[in-house]
Amino acid sequence: MTPAADYFRGMSRPVAAPVVRIRPPKGWAPLDLRELAGAHELLYFLVLRNLKLRYKQTALGAAWALLQPLLTMAVFTVVFGRLARLDSEGLPYPVFALAALVPWTYFATALAQAGNSLVDQQQLLTKVYFPRLLLPLAAAIAGLVDLAIAFTLLLLALAWYGIAPSARLLAAPAFGLLAAASALAPGVWLAALNVRYRDVRHVIPFLVQIWLFVTPVAYSSGIVPERWRPLYGLNPMAGVVDGFRWMIAPSAPAVGPSLAVSVAAVAILLTAGLYFFRRMERSFADVV
Amino acid sequence: MSGHAVIRIEHLGKQYQIGHARGPRTLREDLVDLARAPLRRRNERGATDDGRFWALRDVSLEVQRGEVMGIIGGNGAGKSTLLKILSRIVAPTEGWATIEGRVGSLLEAGTGFHSELTGRENVYMSGAILGMRKAEIERKFDEIVAFADIGPFLDTPVKRYSSGMQVRLAFAVAAHLEPEVLIVDEVLAVGDAEFQRKCLGRMQDVSRGDGRTVLFVSHNMDAVQRLCARAVLLEHGRPIATGATTGVVAQYLARAEAPSSPGAWIDLSGVERTGTGLARVVRARYGSGLDAAAGQAYPDGPLTIGLTIEAATSCTIASLAVTLYDLQGTKLVNADTIASGRTLRLEPGEHQITLRIPELHLNPGVYLMGFWLAGRLAEVHDFIPAGFELEVVSRRAPGLGRAPADDGLVTCRLELLDAG
Repeated sequence: MTPAADYFRGMSRPVAAPVVRIRPPKGWAPLDLRELAGAHELLYFLVLRNLKLRYKQTALGAAWALLQPLLTMAVFTVVFGRLARLDSEGLPYPVFALAALVPWTYFATALAQAGNSLVDQQQLLTKVYFPRLLLPLAAAIAGLVDLAIAFTLLLLALAWYGIAPSARLLAAPAFGLLAAASALAPGVWLAALNVRYRDVRHVIPFLVQIWLFVTPVAYSSGIVPERWRPLYGLNPMAGVVDGFRWMIAPSAPAVGPSLAVSVAAVAILLTAGLYFFRRMERSFADVV
Repeated sequence: MSGHAVIRIEHLGKQYQIGHARGPRTLREDLVDLARAPLRRRNERGATDDGRFWALRDVSLEVQRGEVMGIIGGNGAGKSTLLKILSRIVAPTEGWATIEGRVGSLLEAGTGFHSELTGRENVYMSGAILGMRKAEIERKFDEIVAFADIGPFLDTPVKRYSSGMQVRLAFAVAAHLEPEVLIVDEVLAVGDAEFQRKCLGRMQDVSRGDGRTVLFVSHNMDAVQRLCARAVLLEHGRPIATGATTGVVAQYLARAEAPSSPGAWIDLSGVERTGTGLARVVRARYGSGLDAAAGQAYPDGPLTIGLTIEAATSCTIASLAVTLYDLQGTKLVNADTIASGRTLRLEPGEHQITLRIPELHLNPGVYLMGFWLAGRLAEVHDFIPAGFELEVVSRRAPGLGRAPADDGLVTCRLELLDAG
């Protein structure tokens, strides 16, 4: 080692420790995405915990991930397929319904769990610091495992009805992601509001119910008049459900413009939600 | 790097709105408030600080690298609020603070524990939420399990554990947390004495060995004195003394608002009583004789009681009893001289009596002491159900044993005779 290097080694300063600055909050704060990224291990454990707890002490366990869409499909097939004889875009009605119920079941569960995530784990809010956003995020991500399981059910249904899978199925992760964002966007709003107003807990089931009606789960989005389609696309789940049907049915309506509206709507709602969450999170431990 | 402030706190304050701080609001309440707001402003003009209070005010402090700083004070003094602000759980209302380095806080035992998960799963979950990296947990996993001493129950759900095992596992995780700055709230208050000693020893190692900075809140003055070179005393949210621990602790003990102070005569002439009045307890005093407890009663310690009894006529007292009630009115102790068979002959005038309870089997808390004087024919001369409040404080035991507040009223020894 040269003397010069020695000299510089002697001069080298210890690695700068991160400095935590604590001051009274003022107005809107920037999103600290770096901190969030740094907490990916904790997110992993929270997701894992969510998955492990989900079906603890249930007799059927993870089978519920299959049973929920399956049973709803059976009911829908009888009521909407047989009795009401709704149009099913050229698909057998059970497959038509299942293609929508797979993402919908995920969405409904993830939305409810994300919305209640902070209140359900309030003992963590008052006892330890971590990026609060991890809680609704973990709820939405954990549900994706159920979604993947349910998706294989959809593939089995395709095989059962002799429908050849197309290359469009490769788009599934993208639509799954859109479903996750669609659940998370209202989820973070509701989670933050829930801390202050427990009314939210009662609003969520109602909201999910209404949302089901404005989403083409039981019916085809083809019944919505053409000129209202872009507006209909403001419901991101309409885009997700249409996307799932588009993947399996060659004759399903194209998902162009309304899907773009869905993506934009989610992006705006989610971004605004993240800022709102960030503003609210400082007082979580005070008001929860 | 000595003399370098790792924690700097300047004029830190936290204000709460009473009623707002407690419990979640409903939307309806906020809407009603909103509707009423213009009216109220008119009605209450000039009424400042309506329903607000400062849980913490004007706290300025510097903690050097490697220093273990104790934070002491009575209930509601603002200790926990300070720790919560520094842990970034709540935001301050005014002032600022900076902390250099990774901060780990330990405000309860078993943060992140879930009763449905196994011991193994909980170690990972709790470790992660307390700020440990996955690799770090994996590296220390065996050490944590050995420290907790839970043996074959590692893969059993924690809900099947005894409470002692749960606490041990929770602390084992916490004890292996190694951030640069550690914030600890009253964690030594639970767990058995042996395990507490183990935790305390570990904390001592951690702070001495690696120059880690520790903020430590405790009601256990012995632990504070052992661990901390410096301490700060908070009262009503404000720091009233900072400096060498011994002096600050002495100041705290001197200021502690005891319901009645040991050693001093308590005038009982005004208290509620029944009886013939032929003999009456007019004054009382008590003390445990333990300076470390400032003469206060402590669990399993002795209690000496001095009484001044005033007799109106000559009479014989066959039963002289000391009673202790808890604040809910449950009679816990009725110690009666009748058991000894000794009687007390009183002539008119004042008499000094000294009684002694060799071992007071009560846990820390506030109790009501009363007296009972009865004659040979069981005629009651004087009955005072509630003479004064007696505080039993946590003792400075060599083992640092301090029972948790909810661990029952009465102390009881337990011996393990056969471990099969």
